[in-house]
Order: sequence, then C-alpha cells, then structure tokens
Amino acid sequence: MSRSSLRTPLGRVAHLGTARSGTRHFWHQRLTAVANVPLTIAFVLIVVGVLGRNHAAVVQILGSTFVSIVVLLFVVSSVYHMRLGMQVIIEDYVHDENLKIAALMANTFFTIAVGFAAAFATFKLAFGL
Amino acid sequence: MAEAETSRRRERPLSPHLQIYRPMLTMMMSIVHRLTGAALFFGMLLVVWWLIAAATGPNAYANVQWFMQTLVGRLILFGYTWALIHHMLGGIRHLIWDLGYGFGPAEREWMAVANLVGSIGLTVVLWFVGYLMLGDIR
Ligand code: HEM
Repeated sequence: MSRSSLRTPLGRVAHLGTARSGTRHFWHQRLTAVANVPLTIAFVLIVVGVLGRNHAAVVQILGSTFVSIVVLLFVVSSVYHMRLGMQVIIEDYVHDENLKIAALMANTFFTIAVGFAAAFATFKLAFGL
Repeated sequence: MAEAETSRRRERPLSPHLQIYRPMLTMMMSIVHRLTGAALFFGMLLVVWWLIAAATGPNAYANVQWFMQTLVGRLILFGYTWALIHHMLGGIRHLIWDLGYGFGPAEREWMAVANLVGSIGLTVVLWFVGYLMLGDIR
C-alpha cells in the first residue's frame, strides 16, 4: 500500500465504498445508462408524436401496447439510474453521517414514489378504466 | 496505522482543490453532466405529472397542456429537452471512456465540443419539428 493512499484505515480493512457497495453500483449505473440511450430517444419521439393532440388521442397513443411498454421501460430504467446517480452526488457533498443517511433515504423514497406513480399511470392508460 | 499517523501529521490535502485549476472546457462539461443529471432527477416529476394527468382525464390533461404553453412552461420544457439530450450525449462520452477510448488530449477536446454542439443543435431541431407538428406557433 503506497504511503500517499487516499483510503482511510477502516476503508482499507473493510474493502467497501461509502455506501457499502461499490462495483455493483458502478455496473448498474452503466447498465441503465446503456438502456437509457434507445429508451430516451424513443420516449422523446413519443412525446413529439403526441404534441398538441387532444386528450382522447393522447390516451389512445399512450395506451397502445407498444408505446406503454416503451414508456414503462423508460421510466423504470431512468428512475433506477437517477437513484444511483443521486446517491453518488449525496456521497460526494454530504459528509455528516446522519444527514447522509437521511438524504440517501429521501433519494430512495423519491425515486420509488416517482417510479410507482409513473408505472401506475402507464398501466391505467394501457388497461383503460 | 503508523502510516496513517504520518500522513495526517503532514497535512496533505486529500484531493486537489478545484480553485487551483484554470477553467477548461472538459472540466466544465464534467460539471454540466452532473448538473444535468440532477436536473433530470427532478425533471422526472414533469414526466410523472404528464402521465398521471393523461391517465386522470381531459381536465387534468388540459391543465398540463395549458401550463406547457405558458412562457415559464416552455422554458422549463426547453431546458428539460436540452438537459436530457446533453446528458445522453455526455453519458455516451462516459461509456466511450469506460471502454478505454477517447483519453487523448485532442479526442477529449473534440468530444466535449461535439457534446455541446450536438446537444444544442439537436434541441433546436427537435423544437423546430415540434412546432411543425403543432401546425402553427401558439
Ligand atoms: C439518456 C441516456 C443517459 C445516459 C447515456 C446516461 C449516462 C450516465 C452516466 C454514464 C453517468 C455516470 C457519470 C459518472 O460516472 O460520472 C450518469 C450519471 C447520472 N445520470 Fe445519467 N444517463 C442518461 C439519462 C439519465 C436520466 C434520464 C436521468 C434522470 C432521470 C439521469 C440522471 C443521472 C444522474 C443524477 C447522474 C449522477 C451525476 C453525477 O454523478 O455526476 N441520467 N448518467
């Protein structure tokens, strides 16, 4: 171990990052980043496609099987990706341990709430009601 | 432990301080990637609002449509479009780096320029197409 190592003694023995998991976080961030590219392009095209249309037409388009699957995938992949990303931002800037845990919890709550709300709306659009 | 003690006594900085760098394009782009990521995090609320409104009914959807036509609504939507495209292109840049390419000084520079020019260009083209779709400027 070099003398100028940036790691703390505890970190050195524990072999864990600040959120107690490192590689998987990195890998899932890349996985969702790759998935986000086609999904984002598709989502933007869908939005442009429904621009200015009335509610009935929008419901018909967003509720069609293919479109709702694409929207659902976009939301799920984005929400997972943004939770991982925001976690890194929190770990970089919030150093107080309690505050950090609170921020990480808020991050998870926010993304789950947003994800479920969007998924529910997508299902409702697809199944009618 | 002994090692940690010595380094602490010498008071080495843990990481270089941001202020000592001359601002560079690549550095700005790195910051902008983080800022756009954070903006998109909260921008997801727009997507959810839109989807819930569509799933709720004509009145709720009319509210979204009304808000998006106001100046503030358009500015937010324009910013969201740019942030999304910029972050996507910046993300692709990150993925290229992850594969081990694009680290040379010239490559870094042109990828940064392409990221910026591409995101602004695509955003403008997209909005142009959007207004064409609407038929008239409203
Ligand atoms: C469209 C395709 C996208 C790609 C290719 C992409 C790619 C990436 C990559 C590679 C990173 C890691 C950067 C790093 O390690 O420093 C990242 C970070 C991030 N992304 Fe994305 N992303 C995309 C879409 C999104 C979306 C839709 C959101 C939000 C809803 C988002 C939110 C974030 C956040 C919050 C971060 C953390 C920023 C940071 O740590 O500096 N991204 N993105």
